[in-house]
Amino acid sequence: MTTTIPLPVQDPRPWRRSLAGVSGRLGGALAVLPLIVVGIYVLVAIVGPMLIAYDPVATNLAERLRPPGSVLADGSTAILGTDGTGRDVFAQVVYGARTSMIIGAATVVICAAFGMLVGLAAGYWGGAVDIVLSRVIDVLIAFPGIVLAIVVAGLFERGLLVVIVALSLSGWVSFARLTRASTLSIKERDWVAAARVMGVSTISIQARHIAPFLVAPVAALLALEFGLIVLGEAGLSFLGIGLPPSTVSWGQTIAAGKEYLSTAWWISAFPGMALALLVIMVGLLGDQLNSRYQRGGAR
Amino acid sequence: MSEPLLEARGLDISYRHRRGHDDRIVRDVSFTIELGEVLALVGESGSGKTTVARAVAGLVRADGELLFGAERTRLGMRRPHAVRRRIQMVFQDPRSSLNPRMTVAQILAEAWRTHPDAAPAGDRRRASIDVLERVGLTEAVLDRRPRSLSGGQCQRVSIARAVALRPQLLVCDEAVSALDVSVQAQILRLLVDLKRNEGIAMLFITHDLGVVRQIADRVAVMEKGALVEQGETDALFRAPQHPYTQTLLASALDLAEVAGPGRDATPENQDGKPQT
Amino acid sequence: MTDGATPPVLTIRDLDVVLDGPEPVRILDGVRLDVRAGRTTALIGESGSGKSVLGSTVIGLLPDGMRAEGHLEFAGEQLLGLSERRRASFRGSRIAMIFQDPLAALNPSQRVGRQVGEVLRRRGVRGERLRGAVLSLLERVGIPRPAERARAFPHQLSGGLRQRAVIAMALSGEPELIIADEPTTALDVTVQKRILDLLAELQRESGVSMLFISHDLRVVSHIADDLVVLYAGRVAEIGPAREVLRVPLHPYTRALAASVPSVHAASAIAEPIPGSAASPANRPSGCAFHPRCPLAQEICRAAVPELSEIEPGRFSACHFAEQLRGVPAAIPTEEAR
Repeated sequence: MTTTIPLPVQDPRPWRRSLAGVSGRLGGALAVLPLIVVGIYVLVAIVGPMLIAYDPVATNLAERLRPPGSVLADGSTAILGTDGTGRDVFAQVVYGARTSMIIGAATVVICAAFGMLVGLAAGYWGGAVDIVLSRVIDVLIAFPGIVLAIVVAGLFERGLLVVIVALSLSGWVSFARLTRASTLSIKERDWVAAARVMGVSTISIQARHIAPFLVAPVAALLALEFGLIVLGEAGLSFLGIGLPPSTVSWGQTIAAGKEYLSTAWWISAFPGMALALLVIMVGLLGDQLNSRYQRGGAR
Repeated sequence: MSEPLLEARGLDISYRHRRGHDDRIVRDVSFTIELGEVLALVGESGSGKTTVARAVAGLVRADGELLFGAERTRLGMRRPHAVRRRIQMVFQDPRSSLNPRMTVAQILAEAWRTHPDAAPAGDRRRASIDVLERVGLTEAVLDRRPRSLSGGQCQRVSIARAVALRPQLLVCDEAVSALDVSVQAQILRLLVDLKRNEGIAMLFITHDLGVVRQIADRVAVMEKGALVEQGETDALFRAPQHPYTQTLLASALDLAEVAGPGRDATPENQDGKPQT
Repeated sequence: MTDGATPPVLTIRDLDVVLDGPEPVRILDGVRLDVRAGRTTALIGESGSGKSVLGSTVIGLLPDGMRAEGHLEFAGEQLLGLSERRRASFRGSRIAMIFQDPLAALNPSQRVGRQVGEVLRRRGVRGERLRGAVLSLLERVGIPRPAERARAFPHQLSGGLRQRAVIAMALSGEPELIIADEPTTALDVTVQKRILDLLAELQRESGVSMLFISHDLRVVSHIADDLVVLYAGRVAEIGPAREVLRVPLHPYTRALAASVPSVHAASAIAEPIPGSAASPANRPSGCAFHPRCPLAQEICRAAVPELSEIEPGRFSACHFAEQLRGVPAAIPTEEAR
């Protein structure tokens, strides 16, 4: 019997309710905060480098280690100070945002696309295909992704592509696992069975009757993985591998400020804060998408 | 007498466990369905009736023989595309059997796209409306999605999708069990009309003997994977032979018993006719 | 229902249950219901009728966002005004509940015997006394080899045995009222009859009163003393079960009885009522049933019919209830198909 009124489903324990879904509790205007912040980052990444000139190679030793807000010899203000070789920290934060955004976006799209294909294949066909693919997934999940990325990044010449590949190598597995699980459950729905009885082609079934319902769970994962990838890239750059020194990255800037933590704290602090804020906001966004998917129902 | 539309001979269906041993869900089941006839398959949970239905529809692998049509085509999970058109299925849950993202028009269009030989010649939209009217729906639902339709309407759309392909056999898997009683009666009426007007045969799976009485020409009773008795509905209900059938009929509750005196007295029909 | 000899154990008058929100929905509207001591009142309704919500209201387990208002009296006490603590003290001991799905009602990780004994344990019964009480409860509900079954986990028992265990749990507190919400719907046909017979027998033995909620008139006709018919959150008809089914005084009850697929005759589908059950969210104006009613007139669209006593003990909320008196229900009889 179908009930026509959707009964609100809630955990009867009040304390549990207040803990769960922190971002869901951000009422009204506050709930859009993660989206706005991430949007600002995207804007800065696109527009920033066009407005601010920055040359990573040009050093300005006369102005090194100037604190935030100092006015420099040429009259300009170093809003966030300068680093050990006199380079403007604010500019590094802005250019670093672009690097992180590009790498994050490119990697996550590649991981999602590849992971979904693998997951869909494993879930739909099952049998030998599933066994082989699942074992591959299991091995890669067990392997610490960052170590693999370090090894690959270290093996090849430094470059943007190398970093993207290195981070993608283990980034796709969580998409594959999620897609496989979702496919397995969607495959059992009656509308899929109805399509099979009718004789709809396999491609059509996958494209029209399964894939559209994978979007919701994957979207949530996309946001979360984006944050992890940005963090991973920062880690690689911090270690001094992956990206060439001519490409600005938060990780590099943080690394450059390592020796001055007690004296010129701003060199590591500001890119660090930018990184942390982005990852947190992206995480909240992913959380919101996740609860929307859960509540909107796995239809 | 011509060949039956569907003939099942010695159907055996097992569920393969990982550890190597198999669960025999259906054992040596044989039955026939004539053109335009409704055969009800009744049983309780674990009887295997749904599994038989899914095998006939091509969703499950079966050993034994399933022969269809005058050509006596063997039906397996892989079957000729043209044969697929002639066997359609209606499921128990009206909402789950329709893709929530597709409109009714798109659902019908997909059916015709899959079988162009059954697709209408002229105006598709007009033809869609005709099909909907055959199942008691109007043009208004064409552009709606399942979420905005009632359970009964969803089931009618499922039936529309099936009959749009002009099938010869409709497999109904507990097709009315999840509906309100008043809607159930409507859908049963619709199916009886389709049988009468369009000559569609049906394999009707149900656990409800009352429903069987409304719609079935013949009944086959299943218990724990085996077919224990089959026959014409009236005859079988009046004089069941197998002990399990007798138990089933004795357990079936009916309103008519109430028409007589108190709950504790022996029930008698209003007309004085003896009860089963 | 106003039979002076057996006073009601549960009295409900003007009960409203409202779902809060931007547009509040009146899920139950002015419900009236009595359960007489030692008798079974059946509440029958289709989807949207609100029958399960009524059960939840009596036991005091309404989901958040729903409010109950009105007169809800159990054994002389007003339940709606009580504190949560006080209401919880009723549950399990004075009012017990049997749910539709025994698998959902039983904890899969606890042995059956332990769960059946929970209420007793809370009361301080321990050790050998507890064991003995549990075994005798299991025996009473007809579970064979009770000692063995007490040690089993729920998934190891068949559906029928599980439901018997749930009934044993409900009985363990020696309640005055049992609320059974579709207790046989999830069970096989052969098991269903046996569970119904068990419930009837237990009632005869212990004198417990029962509120039996169902969508199936056939099941209800087998066990009910009194019948309350619910449609779109409002009461359509009340009366002794036998009489209501023989001569229904509301068109909806008539239509429902005529739609029931009969094992003995083939005319239930002769004239099915059109449309689907109204939901409280989209309740038609006036009488909720009027769009589907063969007797509908202008007044039915304009005015909500009052639930009035048409004959002693028989209530109907229909403007034309008087016209239905003496007209037997069209119960399907043998007929050519």
